[in-house]
Amino acid sequence: MERLDEIIGQHPFFRDLEPSCCAMIAGCGRNVRFDAGQYLFHEGDPADRFYLIRHGRVAFEITVPGREPARFLTLDEGQIAGVSWLVPPYRWNYDAKALELTRAIALDAKCLRGKCEEDHHLGYELMKRFVPELVRRLHATRMQMLDVYGKPAA
Amino acid sequence: MTVLDAVSEAVRDPMVPTMARVLRRRRELADTWTLELETADRALLGFGPGQFNMLYLPGVGEVAISVSGDPAGARHLVHTIRDVGKVSGALTRLQPGMSLGVRGPFGSTWPVEAAVGRDVLVVAGGLGLAPLRPAIYRLLAERGRFGRIALLYGTRSPTDILYPRELERWRRRLDVQIEVTVDHAGLDWHGHIGVVTHLIPRAAFDPARTVALVCGPEVMMRFAALALHDAGVPDHAIHLSMERNMKCALGHCGRCQFGPMLVCRDGPVVSYERIAHLLAVKEL
Repeated sequence: MERLDEIIGQHPFFRDLEPSCCAMIAGCGRNVRFDAGQYLFHEGDPADRFYLIRHGRVAFEITVPGREPARFLTLDEGQIAGVSWLVPPYRWNYDAKALELTRAIALDAKCLRGKCEEDHHLGYELMKRFVPELVRRLHATRMQMLDVYGKPAA
Repeated sequence: MTVLDAVSEAVRDPMVPTMARVLRRRRELADTWTLELETADRALLGFGPGQFNMLYLPGVGEVAISVSGDPAGARHLVHTIRDVGKVSGALTRLQPGMSLGVRGPFGSTWPVEAAVGRDVLVVAGGLGLAPLRPAIYRLLAERGRFGRIALLYGTRSPTDILYPRELERWRRRLDVQIEVTVDHAGLDWHGHIGVVTHLIPRAAFDPARTVALVCGPEVMMRFAALALHDAGVPDHAIHLSMERNMKCALGHCGRCQFGPMLVCRDGPVVSYERIAHLLAVKEL
């Protein structure tokens, strides 16, 4: 059976991360699974973990009063779900729902933040991976908001 | 061919439209229709994937529309048209039996021959799937000549997916990868949600041996080309279909000037290597 630190080291998000860092991260992690339709987290709840998706698909949803929830992002194998654990007040801004059977590694946010405070090298390695992901998502959100496929002005 | 047809071809003036008749019309999306046109002008049927025709309605105007049908042994012309203005709107309202003028085919083609033996990545956005469809038909018809083929398609929402039945049919083939993403969706959509560039890492291809064909709104093509460049696809192997307001379609009027090129004559399909420095120029 593969060890958790090995699985973490093989996950695309932590590609090229040195084994000692993977071991530290693994100390905060555990394997989890979600059936289709099960929620990983809910808007407003404490952002006390994040997920390395190993298999499956997760959709982010936002509730719009008077309308059905809107889905605006899906995440698949090799991606991460949850960045709110990095930024105070550590609260989820959206719902995250498994669209199919999803296997992931859940990483305890408090545990990981504590290790990053103690070991800034680990913290910097994490930031090097999270910041590009945040920028990528911000850029994608702007593109979606631009509605580039909408009807052009006549 | 009749004597009249032969004379007509011999004296063919590219500024004079040939009359064609609407055979069938099919609603694709709320504002988008596909017209199947019957024409006696065989030159019109000899189009290459990526080329366009000028469709003309007397008293209304003329507009450039890409051919979206199968180039192999085409017996009719197929155009998918979105109602975005006076002329395109009038074209979408044409009924079977009604006539229109057609000039063409014009412009450059998708470099399908240059892709032989290579992986092919087709990246389409919104209505950009229409000008790519002739190239996809050709790729699939001659499937064995190419390496891996992936079609990455992004659009606004599940109800804005163009040619959904055809996408489903292509998806059922085991020799082509089809990935579709939408910008936003309701709870009944279980596919990808997000921008089309996020599908690129999911596609199986060898960047150094890949030819990419990209068509969609210009802002989408700009970022798709950058993402392909970042993924290692050489700039000369990334091809975009540019859109500008075309009038003469012959490179005479200059209406479709894009930097040093005229889109109707030098495009619409051009390599990213040639235009990368122009895409970010706001004035163009």
